[in-house]
Amino acid sequence: MNGFFDIPSDLQYGYFGLIGLHLREALLPVLAGLLVALPVAQLCVRFRWLYAPVFGVTTVLYAVPSLAFFVLLIDYTGMTETTVMIPLAVYSLVVLVPAIVDGVRSVPPETLAAATAMGLGPVRRYLQVQLPIAVPTIIAGLRVAAVSSISLVSIGMLIGNQGALGNLLNDAQIYHRPPLAVNSVLTTAVLGILVDAALVLVRTLLTPWMPRKGAVR
Amino acid sequence: MNVFDFAHAFFADTAHWHGQDGIPTRVGEHFLYSLEAVGIAALIGLPVGLVTGHHGRGGNALASIATAARALPTFGLLVLMFTWFGFGLLPVMIPLVALAVPPILVTSYEAVRSVDPPPVDAARGMGMPEARILFQVELPVALPLMLGGLRTAAIQVVSTATIAAYVSFGGLGRYIIDGLAQKDYEKVVGGATLVVGMALATLGVFWSVSRVAVSPGVRRSG
Repeated sequence: MNGFFDIPSDLQYGYFGLIGLHLREALLPVLAGLLVALPVAQLCVRFRWLYAPVFGVTTVLYAVPSLAFFVLLIDYTGMTETTVMIPLAVYSLVVLVPAIVDGVRSVPPETLAAATAMGLGPVRRYLQVQLPIAVPTIIAGLRVAAVSSISLVSIGMLIGNQGALGNLLNDAQIYHRPPLAVNSVLTTAVLGILVDAALVLVRTLLTPWMPRKGAVR
Repeated sequence: MNVFDFAHAFFADTAHWHGQDGIPTRVGEHFLYSLEAVGIAALIGLPVGLVTGHHGRGGNALASIATAARALPTFGLLVLMFTWFGFGLLPVMIPLVALAVPPILVTSYEAVRSVDPPPVDAARGMGMPEARILFQVELPVALPLMLGGLRTAAIQVVSTATIAAYVSFGGLGRYIIDGLAQKDYEKVVGGATLVVGMALATLGVFWSVSRVAVSPGVRRSG
């Protein structure tokens, strides 16, 4: 494969530069999504009637195609990274909110009662009991969100080369260098699998009380 | 002019309503690609998910396959397949099917596996053969979750079929890709609106199907 790692200079980044850019464009939105999803999910747990409408809204937003979403945002944020990252953050909500709600709801009432009996206030009870017990479910959601986000960033190429590793696809076409497309697909897939594995590791570290052969998801 | 003005201008132009590049043709093409991709993915994902779920084994293997398939960038795969196979339906179908299989596979596995064991044991105790247990006991109970997986897959495919236009294919993506190239923002917004509409219609179809197909007893307990 000659020229496999030979990145054309018009992309303004080397191979590892593109990987860094790709990870930033894919994972910052998931992080933002998590920061939004945590309070939203807590509200849904607190007020049960809220869950159905919130779930409906996130599902509808998820139905907006990424390319259409990018294009509609160009009017406001231009052909920039932000335009790629906003839809990705919105998409992550459809996975993260239900994951957190399910996780927090799955905490047994006896555990909550024990926490209250030990004198924990609502805030400490949430941070020290509910959230840690919900970690496996939350991480399962994060895995799906992060991997699909990494895969979606490539489409950003269509709006003024904002697709990080996806930009290689355009160059593969205009310079007639198919190896670049292979490089883009393989690197993106490997990144996705590595990030997924990293999240599994995070879960193992955060939940030392769980059996080693963990839950399937 | 804002997005709504552009959309209005696009739909008001009668030239957009007929011919090869007309809205009915493009909607039809988009619908066909999506249906075909989801159909193939269901043919692969449903049987495998149902059988593994019934036996309750192979969950870890399925999860790894699903992760690997999710990690494949759909758009990159499309361009790659196009450079390898040239123009045709195959380079469009491979990435779309790869996109649709993981949610179908994982949810149908989870759905069948998480069916309450007592009814299944009762059916087995009454002498039902395994195939009938799967289809008459487990499947009706698992149906809501399975439809959820199919819905996710269908929405993803409808949204993503837009990128088929990048490799000279039809469908609603034509408006977006051509509009971007021609700096015809009206067309871009019109195309985007149509895709959103189609995705929402897909949601509606699945909602009605689940109203009709899911047995009332299961719906009440779920």
